[in-house]
Amino acid sequence: MEYVSPEGLRLDGRRPMEMRQIRAEIGAVSKADGSAIFEMGNTKVIAAVYGPREVRCEYSMANFSTGDRMRKPKGGDRRSTEISLVIRQTMEACILTHLMPRSQIDIYVQVLQADGGTRSACINAATLALADAGIPMRDLVTSCSAGYLNSTPLLDLNYVEDSAGGPDVTVGILPKLDKVTLLQMDSKLPIDILENVMQLATEGCKAIANYIREVLLENTKQLEYRRGV
Amino acid sequence: MREIQLQLSQTQKVRLQKALEHLESLSSKVNSDASVTIADSIPVNHEDGVLKGHGTADLEGEVVATLCGVVERVNKLVYVRALRSRYKPEVGDIVIGRVIEVAQKRWRLDINYSQNAYLMLSAMNMPDGVQRRRTALDELNMRCIFEEADVICAEVRGFQQDGLHLQARSQKYGKLTTGQLITVTPYLVKRQKQHFHHLEQYGIDLIIGCNGFIWVGEHVEVRDDMVEDQVNQSDSQVSIRSKNSVSLEEQEKNYTALETRKYICRAANAVRVLSTLGFIITLEIIKGVIDLSLSTNLDIHDMLGSEFCVLVAEKEAERRSSTKKKR
Repeated sequence: MEYVSPEGLRLDGRRPMEMRQIRAEIGAVSKADGSAIFEMGNTKVIAAVYGPREVRCEYSMANFSTGDRMRKPKGGDRRSTEISLVIRQTMEACILTHLMPRSQIDIYVQVLQADGGTRSACINAATLALADAGIPMRDLVTSCSAGYLNSTPLLDLNYVEDSAGGPDVTVGILPKLDKVTLLQMDSKLPIDILENVMQLATEGCKAIANYIREVLLENTKQLEYRRGV
Repeated sequence: MREIQLQLSQTQKVRLQKALEHLESLSSKVNSDASVTIADSIPVNHEDGVLKGHGTADLEGEVVATLCGVVERVNKLVYVRALRSRYKPEVGDIVIGRVIEVAQKRWRLDINYSQNAYLMLSAMNMPDGVQRRRTALDELNMRCIFEEADVICAEVRGFQQDGLHLQARSQKYGKLTTGQLITVTPYLVKRQKQHFHHLEQYGIDLIIGCNGFIWVGEHVEVRDDMVEDQVNQSDSQVSIRSKNSVSLEEQEKNYTALETRKYICRAANAVRVLSTLGFIITLEIIKGVIDLSLSTNLDIHDMLGSEFCVLVAEKEAERRSSTKKKR
C-alpha cells in the first residue's frame, strides 16, 4: 500500500515531517490533585494524579492460598500492563522522589480515543497532570513516535500507518537535560536510518515540550492572578 | 488553559471573560514574569551568593525550577512557591483534619498532606478539662473522644521521628459538629493572625484551616475552664435535681435553628463559589459573597449557578481595583 503519495502527502494529508494537531487542557478531574487531557489528532488521553499521599496497603488472598484452588478471571491484559510499566518507569526517572519520603503517587491514565501514538500521548498527559499536582520533577518528559514507511521517515504515526507493520520508534526525552528516557521500537530498521528516524522523533518531542511549557506557564499565570494578593 | 467548569450562556461568558481580564490587568503590573514552569532556569546573580530553596535545583551551575509556580526572593534565598499542590505544614498552623484511625495512644488524621498526621492522646486537653496523666483507661476510652471519620480542629506541633504531630491544647480545638466541611486547594488560603471567626449576625462559626479544609458550623461558645469551674460549683445541686429532664434538654441542645442551618449552607456555598473561581478565601471576601447573595435575594442552591459565579467575579474585580486605588 502507498503511505506517501508521489506529491509527498500522507494518507491524512500531512507532510512526512508534520505532526498532528496537539491540544492540552489542565484540570479535567476536579477531585484529583492534578489532571490533564492531551490530544494528538484523534488520539485523546485523560490522566489523573493523586498524591503524594500516604502509602496504602491492600490485602488479598492468592488463589492458591486455600485448600482448594480459587478460580479468578485473569485481570488486565498484557498490553496495558506493559504500557503502564513504561509510563511508570519514565515518570519515576524524572520525579524527585527523595523529597517525598513515605508517600506514594498514583497516576491513572485512560485512553478515550485511540488513533495511534497512544503511548506517547499517555506520557505527555501524565507529565502535565504531575506538573499540575505540584510534584517536583527534574524535567518535563515528553514523548513522540516516528516511523519509516515507503522509504520515508514519518513523524507521529496515526492508526493506519501504525498498523502497516513497519518500524515504529517511540522516543521519550527530557528536553532541558537533553537526555533520552524512553526508546522503544517495533520491527526492524537499519542502523543508519534509525538515527534519522530517532532524530525526527526527538524533534517532535521538543515541539511538544514547547507547547506543554506554554500551557503550564499560562495555567500558572492564570491561577496566580485569579487568586490575587 | 484551566477552564472554569460551568455551563455559561454567551453573555455570561463575555462578562466572565471581561472580569477575569480585569483581574489580570490588576495583578500583571506587580509581577509580570515571576511565573516559571518545570525546568525553567531562574535568573540569579551568582556573585551575591544564592541560597536555593524549595522547588529549585542546581543544573550545571544554573538555578532551575522543579515546580510550576511563582519565584519568590527573600534576601539571598530563592524559592518557587507552588500553586496547586498538597498542603505543606508549618509549625503553629491551624488545620482541620478527619480521623482515619484510632491507634495506640494516638489518632491518625488526614490533613491533605503527603502523610497522615498524628494527634497524641497526651497532646490534647481531656474533655473534662482536668490536667492529669493519661491512664490505660483513657487509652481504652479514646473512641469516646474522637471516632473514625470525626472532623477535628488542631494545631501543627512539628515533625517528630515518626511523622507530623498535632496538638489540641485549648478548648477552641477539638471535635467539630453541626456544620459542613469544605475542601479547597491550600494555596487559596493565606496564613493569618486569626483563623477562627465568629460571624455574629448569622450565628455561625467559620474556621479556615491552613490545609485548605474549611469548616462552617453553628456557633459554639468556647468554654473557659476557669469560669466553668466556678459555675459548676454553684450549680452542682441544681444540676443534680434536674437530671431527670436531661433528655428534653439534650434535645433542645442538639437542635439547630433552621435559620442558622440556612446560613451555614449559604456560607459553605460562598466558599464553594470562590473555590471554583480560584479566588483567595478570606473572611472579608466570604462575608462579601454572603452579603451579595442576600442582597440579590438568591436562594441557597442558586448560589452555585453560573449567574452568581459571574456576579462574584465581577464584584471581586471591582473590589480589587478599589483597594488598589486606595493604596
